Amino acid sequence: MAITTNYRTRSDAVPLRSFKAKGRPSAIAGVGVYAPDKIITNFDLEKMMDTSDKWITERTGIRRRHIAEPGTTTFELATKAARSALDAAGVSPKDLDMILVGTSSPDGPFPSVACRIQNELDAPGAVAWDTLAACTSFVYALSIADSFIATGSDGRGYAQVTAGNIEKGAYAAKDPAPFIDMVGPDVFKFAVDIFIRQATEVCQAAGVGLDEIDLWVPHQANFRIIDAAARRIGLPIERVAVNIDEFGNTSSASIPLALEEAIRKGRVKSGDHVLLAGFGSGLTWGATLMKWA
Amino acid sequence: MASQLNFKELQDLAGEILGVDPDQVQMDKSFQRDLAADSLDLVELIAAIEDKYDVELPDSELENMKIIADLWKFLEQKTAERLEA
Repeated sequence: MAITTNYRTRSDAVPLRSFKAKGRPSAIAGVGVYAPDKIITNFDLEKMMDTSDKWITERTGIRRRHIAEPGTTTFELATKAARSALDAAGVSPKDLDMILVGTSSPDGPFPSVACRIQNELDAPGAVAWDTLAACTSFVYALSIADSFIATGSDGRGYAQVTAGNIEKGAYAAKDPAPFIDMVGPDVFKFAVDIFIRQATEVCQAAGVGLDEIDLWVPHQANFRIIDAAARRIGLPIERVAVNIDEFGNTSSASIPLALEEAIRKGRVKSGDHVLLAGFGSGLTWGATLMKWA
Repeated sequence: MASQLNFKELQDLAGEILGVDPDQVQMDKSFQRDLAADSLDLVELIAAIEDKYDVELPDSELENMKIIADLWKFLEQKTAERLEA
């Protein structure tokens, strides 16, 4: 049930464009993820800064997060996730036509993370590049991949350069602690708005009712944003994939992490409508409605 | 419509968003102390109010919202401005 009857979009200055998939249909053959084993809990943070488990949990929904060792590159994490995805799909790297990395933290301006993965996996036939759209990167990359498949241009034949042998870690971010500034209240409002508008628009374009969404996989920025939007869309929380309590906000990795967990736990069945919804710095936003085969 | 400012309506809206009984939403109640609302609850409430009453509440004003009466006064002021315009 919507809370306000005359809902006015605060973000109405920005247009939303929805497309119904055309051309050759694409499918997700397998999902794989990687998260480091090392965990930092809110109680650990209590010892490091002036905060408390209660404060963090109530305002964000985060209880713990998986932390990479200092110096770990995006390339290393992404390669492990790529191998896991290939295993899940039963596909050999040799058969890859395209490697698209969605990230907020590439290891350097170039070569792309994708090209280094291509080299590491030995996938010589794949065209490879990174998509940088902050936390929306995954949804953008998925949409780009779908477009290539739809038009039959699967990447083969594109002029491309492989990465060569780049020493691991050579392109790690120069600044070990980049500072991110955010106008929290504005982003909160924008995020709730855009989640609602995306869901409405994408479902309308697909001819699917909001009540027919079986699983909503939103970007895991903050549980309160997810909860506020879900309530206003009228989506019971049982139909929302939430794992921010375990991983925190992993930016562009949050949607695939949540999707993989949902699949693994049997929450996605054949015929289900799965809505992936991202937003991020930019501001950027994007959503994709999929019917599970 | 802001010209039809109705306290009961605000009570219902605040009650629903803050997860409290609308009757608890009284002028002298503190958002934080009485209604257990934190900063994000307030942002959410303000967003709903902005939608419902077609007003804009700058984030700088958020900090001044301590009790329900602060919010009510703000809405009354906005309504008066609109009637004058």
